[in-house]
Amino acid sequence: MAERTSPGPAAGGRAAWEPAVLDRRPRSVTAYPRLAWAWTRALAQYPVSLAMLTFAQACTTAVELLAVVIVFGHAGRLGGFTLDEAMLFYGLTGTAFSTAHLLIGTVDRLGEHIRRGSLDTVLIRPVSPLVQIATEEFSPRRLGRTVPSAAALGYALSVLDIAWTPERVLMVPLLIGCGALICGSLWVTAASVQFLLTDARELVSSVTNGGWALTEYPLAIYGRDVVRAVTYLVPLAFVSWQPALYILDRPDPLGMPDWLRYASPAVAAAAVAVAALVWRTGLRHYRSTGS
Amino acid sequence: MRVYLTAFGCAVRRYSTYRAATFAGVVTNSVFGLINAMVLLALFEARPQINGYDATDAVTQVFVAQAVIGPIAIFGPPLDLSERIRTGEVAVDLLRPVHPVLWWLATDLGRAAFSTVFRSVPTFAVGMAAFELALPADPLRWVAVAAAFALAVLVGFALRYLYALAGFWLMDTRGVHAVVFLLAPFCAGHLLPLTLFPEALAGVLRVLPWASLVQVPAEILLGKDSLPGGSTLGGLCFQAAWAAALLALGAVLTARATRRVVVQGG
Repeated sequence: MAERTSPGPAAGGRAAWEPAVLDRRPRSVTAYPRLAWAWTRALAQYPVSLAMLTFAQACTTAVELLAVVIVFGHAGRLGGFTLDEAMLFYGLTGTAFSTAHLLIGTVDRLGEHIRRGSLDTVLIRPVSPLVQIATEEFSPRRLGRTVPSAAALGYALSVLDIAWTPERVLMVPLLIGCGALICGSLWVTAASVQFLLTDARELVSSVTNGGWALTEYPLAIYGRDVVRAVTYLVPLAFVSWQPALYILDRPDPLGMPDWLRYASPAVAAAAVAVAALVWRTGLRHYRSTGS
Repeated sequence: MRVYLTAFGCAVRRYSTYRAATFAGVVTNSVFGLINAMVLLALFEARPQINGYDATDAVTQVFVAQAVIGPIAIFGPPLDLSERIRTGEVAVDLLRPVHPVLWWLATDLGRAAFSTVFRSVPTFAVGMAAFELALPADPLRWVAVAAAFALAVLVGFALRYLYALAGFWLMDTRGVHAVVFLLAPFCAGHLLPLTLFPEALAGVLRVLPWASLVQVPAEILLGKDSLPGGSTLGGLCFQAAWAAALLALGAVLTARATRRVVVQGG
């Protein structure tokens, strides 16, 4: 982690401001929607720009979906899955990632805040820094990706021949929620790298957007090694792969243990814990650029 | 001429200071290259030949597409010009005794030159290390590839110049840029090779300027006869024609824009 050349105020524990900022959970809960609403109202002052940007986001999803359709149109089946089943993977990933992107995606601007020194301003305000950065320029335009992704998911769930049991009906929203939590944690964890490497925003993107692109397709097509890595190393397999196997009630084509599909909540909890730990460690070792 | 060379040199130096960002860019482009390549490999395992492409061709095009992201800026960023139009700083640019198109071209070529060496080459090298790529043995074809790449950079600049120029009429070009930086990768054959698209759609996309950015250079590298005119020379002419047309359009519109520009404020 960050090396310190001289003992700062945080060297022997928490800095003076920290208990006030980080431990006020109830405040964050109310501050988030308030800040998000304030940013939404600010952006709504430019309705044409907002409409165009929302449209652009929706186009992104449409274009990606078209790519999936073209690929499956040529192949018929890929990794043992049909196009309708692929829509399930696409929808699960899209819904989880775009929800995380909407709620916490701007955290990848951390490096920019550090470079410009504006993180100092953020730190002296009595609201969690994570909430402040995550709500920055909060924009409903990002729903432009959530809505079509959710539509793809809805389409897949309705056309696929799924053996609906009460358990499955309850598990679907839970799995999507866990997926969104995992994606959000990934975003925060990756963004925290910028405490060390200020210019590394694109590195964050290779993990977050790269993970997004990777999980849009059934993971089986990437082979066993990749699937192992995204199961045990970076838990991307729990965003769409394992949930879809559960919903479709399929045995794992790569022969990984079947209990993994029930592990989503535990994985999500672990991912959140890691993200919180990394974020707090980064913040504790943060040193202003002084500009 | 000297002033343009100086602008070019300054741009190279400016971009050479962002080392961590350049490294991060190479990692990101390589990661996406690996993902896209694996998807296409899975596809070609199911169907070994699609419209004259095999798995090696497709993977090669994937890494051509990833390697040129930096120099042709297909996902952005926009030229600084668009922000300068919005803030009014463009008034200072217009006072300079240089032609705006050439001035911005010189600075963008500087950016592209740096990006070619430190982003394109490493990204393509990752592709060569990870997969078997279809590389020509004929040195003459490499010359054609270099020319195609240079023309792609020119077309990439001309397009971004036109997007930015829209600011003279629209003031805020963020919406325009959001849409074009999204559609360009799709139209260029970056997202998927145009070869895989339905024939009618591919036919339209192949004559649009964006095809010069990825699809045509990739097919010149692969030596495909699906190029415009069926040959490498045809492909190069196609790119050159679009570069000339778009740069000329840029010059004409600049003249019109500068006549109507009103800079507000002090």
